[in-house]
Amino acid sequence: MSRPDVVIVGAGMVGAACAYYAARNGLRVTVLDRASVAGGTTGAGEGNVLVSDRQPGPEMDLTLCSLRLWREIGDELGRGPIELEPKGGLVVASTPESLSALRELAARQRRAGVEAVEVAAGDLSRYEPHLAPGLAGGVHYPQDMQVQPMLAAARLLAASGATVHCGVEVRGIERDAAGGVAAVVTGAGDRIGTRTVVNAAGVWGGQVAALAGAHLPVAPRRGFILVTEPLSSASAAARGVVGPIRHKVYSADYVSTVVSDDAALQTSTVVESTRAGTVLIGSSRERVGFDRSYPLPVLRRLATQAVALFPFLAEVSVLRTYLGFRPYLPDHLPAIGPDPKVPGLYHACGHEGAGIGLAPATGALIAAQLTGGEPPVDPYPFRPERFG
Amino acid sequence: MSASGHLIFDGRRVPVKPGQTVAAALWAAGIRSWRTTRETGAPRGVFCGIGVCFDCLVTIDGTPNQRACLAPASPGMVVTTQLGTGR
Amino acid sequence: MTSPPLGPSRPSPSGRYHVAVVGAGPAGLAVAATAAAAGCRVALLDAAPAVGGQYWRGRDPGVRLSGVDVMTGSAVWFVSPGFVLHRRGSDPVAAERLVFATGAYDRTLPFPGWDLPGVVTPGAAQAMLKGCGVPIGDRVVVAGAGPFLLPVAAGLLEAGVRVVGVYEAGDPTRYARAPAAVAGARGKAREAMSYLATLARHRVPYRTRHAVLAARGVAAVSAVEVGQLDRSGALVPGSVRPVECDAVAVGYGFTPQLELPLALGCATRLDTDGSLVLAVDFAGQTTVPGVYAAGEVTGVGGAALAEVEGRLVGAGVAVATGHRSPLSEMELTRLLRRRSALRRFAALMHRVHAPPAGWPEWLTENTIVCRCEDVPVHRIRAAVTGLGATDGRAVKALCRPGMGWCQGRICGYPVAELTARWRGRPLTAADLAVFAHRPIAQPVRLGDL
Ligand SMILES: Cc1cc2nc3c(=O)[nH]c(=O)nc-3n(C[C@H](O)[C@H](O)[C@H](O)COP(=O)(O)OP(=O)(O)OC[C@H]3O[C@@H](n4cnc5c(N)ncnc54)[C@H](O)[C@@H]3O)c2cc1C
Ligand SMILES: Cc1cc2nc3c(=O)[nH]c(=O)nc-3n(C[C@H](O)[C@H](O)[C@H](O)COP(=O)(O)OP(=O)(O)OC[C@H]3O[C@@H](n4cnc5c(N)ncnc54)[C@H](O)[C@@H]3O)c2cc1C
Ligand code: FES
Repeated sequence: MSRPDVVIVGAGMVGAACAYYAARNGLRVTVLDRASVAGGTTGAGEGNVLVSDRQPGPEMDLTLCSLRLWREIGDELGRGPIELEPKGGLVVASTPESLSALRELAARQRRAGVEAVEVAAGDLSRYEPHLAPGLAGGVHYPQDMQVQPMLAAARLLAASGATVHCGVEVRGIERDAAGGVAAVVTGAGDRIGTRTVVNAAGVWGGQVAALAGAHLPVAPRRGFILVTEPLSSASAAARGVVGPIRHKVYSADYVSTVVSDDAALQTSTVVESTRAGTVLIGSSRERVGFDRSYPLPVLRRLATQAVALFPFLAEVSVLRTYLGFRPYLPDHLPAIGPDPKVPGLYHACGHEGAGIGLAPATGALIAAQLTGGEPPVDPYPFRPERFG
Repeated sequence: MSASGHLIFDGRRVPVKPGQTVAAALWAAGIRSWRTTRETGAPRGVFCGIGVCFDCLVTIDGTPNQRACLAPASPGMVVTTQLGTGR
Repeated sequence: MTSPPLGPSRPSPSGRYHVAVVGAGPAGLAVAATAAAAGCRVALLDAAPAVGGQYWRGRDPGVRLSGVDVMTGSAVWFVSPGFVLHRRGSDPVAAERLVFATGAYDRTLPFPGWDLPGVVTPGAAQAMLKGCGVPIGDRVVVAGAGPFLLPVAAGLLEAGVRVVGVYEAGDPTRYARAPAAVAGARGKAREAMSYLATLARHRVPYRTRHAVLAARGVAAVSAVEVGQLDRSGALVPGSVRPVECDAVAVGYGFTPQLELPLALGCATRLDTDGSLVLAVDFAGQTTVPGVYAAGEVTGVGGAALAEVEGRLVGAGVAVATGHRSPLSEMELTRLLRRRSALRRFAALMHRVHAPPAGWPEWLTENTIVCRCEDVPVHRIRAAVTGLGATDGRAVKALCRPGMGWCQGRICGYPVAELTARWRGRPLTAADLAVFAHRPIAQPVRLGDL
């Protein structure tokens, strides 16, 4: 195989976006994944591209940049093939207290450039006809979008023109006398010479960093999703007929959960119809390592919260549930950029519950750093050296 | 065990024998399909016969997505062809 | 995964059984009866309204169940660590040991027109006839592979149905090459002979190395195309001809129902027939301590083997929960010998009636593979060859086979097989496990969860 300019470890959403932007910037890219395309967390999450749940700050900037890039990607690849839907989000508050907290957040978000439209209690049913009665009010976020993560990752990779090898594990990263990256070594013992490696290994990013003698404290945060029986059809969706739930709908307590440091179970249910016709209900957050068991109380809590928002769901069957491990870093921001100790090693991981949404901006930022281009956002808050 | 009599399928009277499932009662009356798929509208009826394939979904007394091959047939039951998702 | 309290035997605290058995077919009935005879507190759960499973199907199996809490109408939809079985409509059941005897269902392969009404599995034909007295058609084709085709055809004939042909993809003359294995299961050979005699009496053509390649019809099946297979399982050119019928029963053996033990983390293996089955030790214990399995779930082998395994596992769990084995030394030896003989025969049966290697050639690009989600061949091919999917999980995520109501029970095997083939590698247990993993074992309403 001809010597690549850059080897990307991980064919998840983030690795795919890195490959896409790096290749567009003229780099010869090889992507390696020990599993299949989107075989990691990308194949086990949802596709919310949300600005509504962001606090103003560095992550908000990355999100707004990503939203713009997602729209560009939609124009380029077509929205249908990646199921990109700019459907908007509706955040609802059940009590006057939570409504005032939501209002306060929305006001700050607006100042940061987010569109946020307050919806009076009496108007909620115009947005969502099946919503439970008696809610205090809500905020509509027209910029929130949906994308199908696995299709998006696979199609971005295909469009990138990168060389992709699945079923190839990276077992070692060789360094030269000066300490810089010299090659990656695969599980089959092959050596792929390169001066640049992008660590897009998601929740396994700490392990890949360690292969080069670097340190990155990525840890898993488990989440569950429930999927219902189909309530609408893809053929109807193609004709513009959406399922029973029109937006991404969630209750205002989500916002406090996302940034929380609590290890205990947290659930804050986002409910939405998908193009395939199902309703997706998710998700929970727990720090329990890589535990793959399915505790019933967690699933029940998701169900209860979904039914509280949409009472008609009580009669609807759940067909399946799945779990995934969000890659999180102690300060809940991703690591994007060069490793402080290993020249040639770049990190692009630790996006926690927003890796799908944040992938394009991450890819564009990495590509800019690799080629000396103009970074699309301020890279400083995401610098890997903040973990020493 | 359910008794003899008739169920109503799409307005038509279908005889029911004790111990029969809805699928068996419909099949015995020459009815081979009672559902259409949601994407292509293709007709479907029994396939696995034991509750595994969910091809035989049908609306019974207003409740959609019942497996006709498992549901015991009973006289007076109202069974309707289920189009697409049944919702 | 947390393991159950396995320790020293003690009387069951009230409400907690020594043993809970899921599935009341020949295997589960034998487990329950044997364990109860040893003094165990036993719960026997089955989704069906009566015990008996696929074999007895509501008829009285004649098994003594005194001392067993029989819970029919109990579809188990979830199992939690700590061995709690959650069932629809009533309280959960907890036990010190679990036995899964959840049986199997027909394994099917897609072909053009297989989704037409009137195309059913052999099991469906049997269930409709034996369970409800309704034959699946007036002019019926029975096809696929396996000894089960014979009782299905014979049953239809006895009900006065015209069976227009029985098409077996395997080559049963190969049984003659393993006389020792056949001798160990003489009853089976006798049974097959009597069915063949029934077929001959009714002048029903029984064609081996033949398969149904396509079904035709408008609102329902009106004809099938039948072709001859060569020794490698490929279609013999020029051999295809139409056979008129108003129903066809077609299936390629059975495949186990594994979602509950998989949810507990029990390890699986690929059996000689290419089915995913539970890995069990000599005593029928799975790789999760305290969780046992009996019957088709440990490898498809028929009702007689299921019952023998059930008795052995029943005795085993009785001893494991501190009871004396109800089996005498002599009975134990006899059952063990019988189990090996029947397993040897089953392995032979799997080889003789293997799914024909050439089946993917029968598909057209528009043939539906996933019946629930309407996924045709070309979308699966595009996921594998165009989008880089290398395993079933990715195929599932990229084009949705196995995501619908049946959760991959029907399309799991063919999608896994196609993916492996198009990647140029053999099928693995992991490929099948992707489609068999269903932590929610049965659909459950959100309001009931
Ligand atoms: C329940 C749940 C819901 C979620 N919902 C959302 C949402 O709505 N919106 C959103 O934006 N985000 C969501 N997320 C988070 C999102 O899924 C992740 O942030 C994102 O998928 C991370 O992508 P990634 O490419 O970094 O990692 P991954 O997709 O995990 O990719 C990493 C890849 O690296 C490979 N790999 C690892 N080690 C090696 C090695 N040594 N050699 C070769 N390959 C290797 C793995 O096989 C894997 O494919 C959710 C997550 C969960 C669990
Ligand atoms: C449709 C069909 C018809 C068959 N007919 C015959 C026949 O006529 N003659 C013959 O020799 N062989 C027949 N077989 C083959 C059959 O598999 C075996 O002969 C025999 O029944 C296997 O015994 P078992 O105890 O392993 O499983 P089964 O008899 O299949 O019993 C399994 C039981 O588990 C129950 N179960 C499964 N999952 C759950 C759950 N989640 N919760 C609660 N209960 C559950 C099922 O309701 C079922 O009663 C048939 C198979 C099928 C699929
Ligand atoms: S026919 Fe398969 S579930 Fe009813």
